[in-house]
Amino acid sequence: MSNVWSRWLARIVVGILAGSFFLFIGVPLVALLLREPPALLWATMQQPEVRQALELSFLTTSISTFLTVLFGLPVAFVLARMQFRGRSLLETLVTLPIVFPPVVAGVALLLTFGRFGLVGRYLLPLGITIPFTTLAVIMAQMFVSSPFFINTAKAGLEQLDKRYEQAAYTLRASPFYTFRHVVLPLIRPILLSGIGLAWARALGELGATITFAGSFPGVTQTMPVAVYIAAESDLDTAVALSVVLLAVSFGLLLALRLGRERLVG
Amino acid sequence: MRHSQRALLLFILLCTLFLAACGSTTTSTTSTVTPTPSPSPNTLNVFAAASLTGSFTAIAAKYQQAHPNVVIKLNFAGSQILEQQIANGAAADVFASADLANMTKVSDAGLVGVSQVFAKNRLTVITPASNPGHINTLHDLANKGVKVDIAAPTVPAGKYSLQVLAKMALSPQYGPAYVKAVKANFVSLETDVKAVVTKVQLGEVDAGYVYVTDAAAAKDKVTMIPIPDIYNVIAQYPIAVTKGSTHAGDAQAFMQYILSKDGQDVLQQYGFIAINP
Repeated sequence: MSNVWSRWLARIVVGILAGSFFLFIGVPLVALLLREPPALLWATMQQPEVRQALELSFLTTSISTFLTVLFGLPVAFVLARMQFRGRSLLETLVTLPIVFPPVVAGVALLLTFGRFGLVGRYLLPLGITIPFTTLAVIMAQMFVSSPFFINTAKAGLEQLDKRYEQAAYTLRASPFYTFRHVVLPLIRPILLSGIGLAWARALGELGATITFAGSFPGVTQTMPVAVYIAAESDLDTAVALSVVLLAVSFGLLLALRLGRERLVG
Repeated sequence: MRHSQRALLLFILLCTLFLAACGSTTTSTTSTVTPTPSPSPNTLNVFAAASLTGSFTAIAAKYQQAHPNVVIKLNFAGSQILEQQIANGAAADVFASADLANMTKVSDAGLVGVSQVFAKNRLTVITPASNPGHINTLHDLANKGVKVDIAAPTVPAGKYSLQVLAKMALSPQYGPAYVKAVKANFVSLETDVKAVVTKVQLGEVDAGYVYVTDAAAAKDKVTMIPIPDIYNVIAQYPIAVTKGSTHAGDAQAFMQYILSKDGQDVLQQYGFIAINP
């Protein structure tokens, strides 16, 4: 009897807590949507500068997410599978960009890759300057978003039973073959959620981009930067731009989630 | 049994919290506005433009020393952001804007009393102290390959910078070709004027358009190339007491202090042009 009661109670408590949290996240989004008439949203989306910023955001986040996966997967593998001194130090290091205030991340990148930066000063004689270029946008996005992918991928690899790989090895599969045909299919769903998180973070990136890459339409002015600049003069345009950005992000995340569910289910 | 009892207690607690939160939604907005009733010092919320950060911090410190019964809380942000905050019901007592446009907005909305210009600012070009772009005159800004930084046109500083260039385009000494060349050298349109200063300080750009006050604040790291008065734009800083102020008398007194010689002296130290009442 009491068991039934406590089960109901648990359901109610969980329902109230989860429900109020959904409201906490959802209502501000609805408030944004309600503030602007749909006609303004449509008109905003038609503006060439907005299209330009959207295209730039899409291009840069696609590249930065790709590069994050390319470099992040080996990092996650090393951290999850290898035992060596200083491993926890490296683990902490790759998570650190989450804590960085983005503007500070931008300054750190400038002090490294800027004209007088630790690395940048050697690039300058070669005619390479990174700040204020689209490459700088991509680097800023990678810097802040990579921890989301790496930590997710690492967790996936840690949970994966090593015996799958060992079985493959006993069948004389090469490490690359094993990774490609055994490990990757098993952790693909969790990799997809990591990609989703990193992509979303890159899409919303503002502080590091403004500081490291600046803001020039068509070159470095991504959607969040355009929103921020619009908010300086006209809140309505800024809100309309944000709604467009949110809609795109929502679609992207939803697509990744559905893709993941298809894999799992 | 014990388990379910504890859960029940938790549930009741949550319900009360939830109901309390719901019940107070109508009153919570007003309760945050009114300070806790106590005979302790009156708190003045001063909303000031970001470019006033140094000067107003110094003035507030001085003022509080002379008036121990007043605590000044400073809220610095871009004038357009402060305007939005006040328009949306923020508890400001004094509003000091970096331009007349944002003051006009709150004034038209009936949110502030009579405003007065208390300081003026003007623009200058700055270069890093190391001067990597070899910029020695305003003419050099048009050289090919020079990196010039400017605030976005939506930011007052950016708007004024473009006005300066528009005036130069009309002059025989510079002309439209000069302005076109300078604009082609823009590498970024910054979200605020401080970002321009940062990039010049770090040497990432060869030159930038900023307020004289910004240049004064960073004078060890940047070199100023003055913009002659005929091309320059004078930014006017207005101040007003809000209609919603709970300490209108204190707010008025603080505003008068800023307009007084003491206040004006501090503003001048920070590179502002004082006003002569």
